[in-house]
Amino acid sequence: MNGPAQSPDDGYERPGGQARIPGPRGAADDLDPGHAPRPLPLSLPQAPPSPPPSHAVLKSLLGAWALAACSAEETRAVEDHLTECAPCAEEALRLRDAVGLLHPEETLDLKPLLRSRVLEDCLGKRPARIPVPAWASPYDTETARLDALLQDFGDSEWHTPVRLKWFEEERRRSQRTTVAGVIGHLLTVDGLIATALGLDDPLGSEAPPGGPTVRTEYFWGASSYPTTRQVREPWREQGHTLVRTVSFAGRGVAELAVDYGGFALPLGDAFLERAFERWVHAWDIADAVDYPYEPPSGPHLHRMIDLAARMLPGALAQRRRAGLAAPARGLVAAGAPGRTLHLEIEGAGGGGWDIALDSPGAKPSVERTVAEIALDGIEFCQLAAGHISPEDAAVGQHGDREAIRDVLFAAASLSRL
Amino acid sequence: MQQRLARGEAAALGELYDRFASLVHSLAHRVLGDEKAADRITREVFGYIWENPDAYDPKQGSMRSWVARITQGQAVARLRQAELGRGSREELEQKVRSANAAARADYIVTSMPAPLRAALELAYFKRRDYRQAAADLQISEDEARRRLRLGLQLLSTANALPQEDAAQPGYGPREYGTPR
Repeated sequence: MNGPAQSPDDGYERPGGQARIPGPRGAADDLDPGHAPRPLPLSLPQAPPSPPPSHAVLKSLLGAWALAACSAEETRAVEDHLTECAPCAEEALRLRDAVGLLHPEETLDLKPLLRSRVLEDCLGKRPARIPVPAWASPYDTETARLDALLQDFGDSEWHTPVRLKWFEEERRRSQRTTVAGVIGHLLTVDGLIATALGLDDPLGSEAPPGGPTVRTEYFWGASSYPTTRQVREPWREQGHTLVRTVSFAGRGVAELAVDYGGFALPLGDAFLERAFERWVHAWDIADAVDYPYEPPSGPHLHRMIDLAARMLPGALAQRRRAGLAAPARGLVAAGAPGRTLHLEIEGAGGGGWDIALDSPGAKPSVERTVAEIALDGIEFCQLAAGHISPEDAAVGQHGDREAIRDVLFAAASLSRL
Repeated sequence: MQQRLARGEAAALGELYDRFASLVHSLAHRVLGDEKAADRITREVFGYIWENPDAYDPKQGSMRSWVARITQGQAVARLRQAELGRGSREELEQKVRSANAAARADYIVTSMPAPLRAALELAYFKRRDYRQAAADLQISEDEARRRLRLGLQLLSTANALPQEDAAQPGYGPREYGTPR
C-alpha cells in the first residue's frame, strides 16, 4: 500500500487557492523503504538556533502539514525533515495526495419524488408479498420527506424557534417551540396510533389520558431541558414500526378506532391525518430555517383533502352545538338528501366534494346545493391547518353566504396544536 | 433487514431507501457528476437489491459497505459506457481510476469515526490550524495532530488501487475496499 507518487491533479483542488505543499519529489529521493525511521545525523556547518523538534513530533505533524494546518515554523521544520527522512517523505506524499480527495460536501438534496419512483420501480420488478396499505403510503412518504429535511440539520437548526399555528375559539392561536420540539410533538401524537395498535406508548406508562394537546404539553413539560436532536431517532423508528405493523395486520385494521381524546378516527384516517400533520409541520420547520419545502404529491394531497372534506359535516355539527354556526334549516333524516355546499378544489390533488350542511348523517344532494366555493388545494390545506384564517382565505364563492362562512370556519376548526 | 427484504416486505424497502439513498445518490453523483445519471443509478441499485437481497453476505462486511460497493460498480460501469470512444484507452482508464478513488474516498469520509472527521473538517473546510482545531474540539494539540494524521491515513487508502478495479464492469463483487 505504498502510495504511488501519482499526479495530484485529480480535479479536487483545495478551495481558496494554492495548496502550500511542495511539488512531488524526484525519484532519486525515494530512498530504500527499509530505511530506519530515524533522522540522519546532520552535518550542517553551523547548528540551528533552536533545536529542531524530535522525529516523533515531526512525524505527528505530517497530517497537519499536509492540510497546511501548522505554523510557518513547523512547516519549515517538517519540510527540512522530509529531505532527510525517507519514510516521513513517503507518508507526507501519500497524505498530501489524500488531501486532494477531500472536497466540500455537495448539498445535493434528494428529490422527494425520487423515493416514490424508486419504490415503484422496485415493486414493478418484484411485487411486494407484504405491501404497505394504500392509506399508510402518504404517512410513509411524508415521514421520509420530513426526515430528509432534518438530515443535514446541525444543533443550531434543531434549536431554531418554530411557531406552531392553529385556529381555536374563533381566532388564530400559536405556540412557540423549536424544531426538536415539533418532532417531539409529532412523536407524541403518533403515540395515539401506537397505543391503538397495542405498541408501546412513547410517553411511557405514565402518559396522561387525553388527546394531542394534553400529550404534547406533557411531553414538553416532562423535562426541564429543551428537546434535542435525540428525538429524531425514536420518532423515525416509531414511524417505521407503525408502517410495518399495519403492513402485517389484516384488512380490517383500517377500521380500528384511534382515540384522539375528544373524538376517534378509524386507523386509516388517522394515518392520513398524521401524514397531513407531518407535511404541515415540515412546512413550519422549513419556514423557520428558511429551506424550501414542496407540497405532497397530487394523489397523496387528494387523500388528505378528501379526509378534511369528509370531516367537515361533523365539524359543522359540533360548531352548531356550540352556537358558533347557524342552526340547521330543518331536520333531515339520516340518509335523506339535505342542503349541500359544493367544494371545488383546484390544482394538484384537487377534485369536487359535496358537503352536507344540515347534519353529518344527511346525504349531499346536487338539487339542494345552496352554495359553491372554489379554492386552490394548498390554500384549502392552509385553512384546514389553521395557518390562514377563514376571513383571509382566497375563495371563489357564490350562493348562500351563511353556509359558506360556516363551512370555512368549520374547515379552520379542524386544526389544533 | 435482509430477511425482511427477502420476504418481500414493502415497508423494509422504504426503510432501506431512507437509510441508504443519500449514500447511493452522492456516490453515483461523485462518479458521474450528473444528477440525472445519479438518479438513474439510484433506481438501478435499489432495484438490484430488492430483486437480489440474497446477494448480500454479512460475512463480507456491513450492508452499508455492500450497498456502496454495488453503487460504485454500477456507476463506474456507466462512466465507462458514457466515455467509450471519447478518448484514448489510457485516458479512459485514468478517468475510471480517479472516479473510483473519489468514490472510495467519499465512502471513507462518511464512514470514518466522527472525531477524525470533525478534525479534518475543521482543518480543511474551516481552514483552522491544528491548534485552533484542538481548542474548538477541546482536545490536546497532540490529539489534534494525531487525528488529522490518522484521518488522512485512512483517506489515503482510497488511492491504493486494487488491480481488479481497472476492469470490473457491472456488479463487481469485490471492487470496493478490502473486505475484512
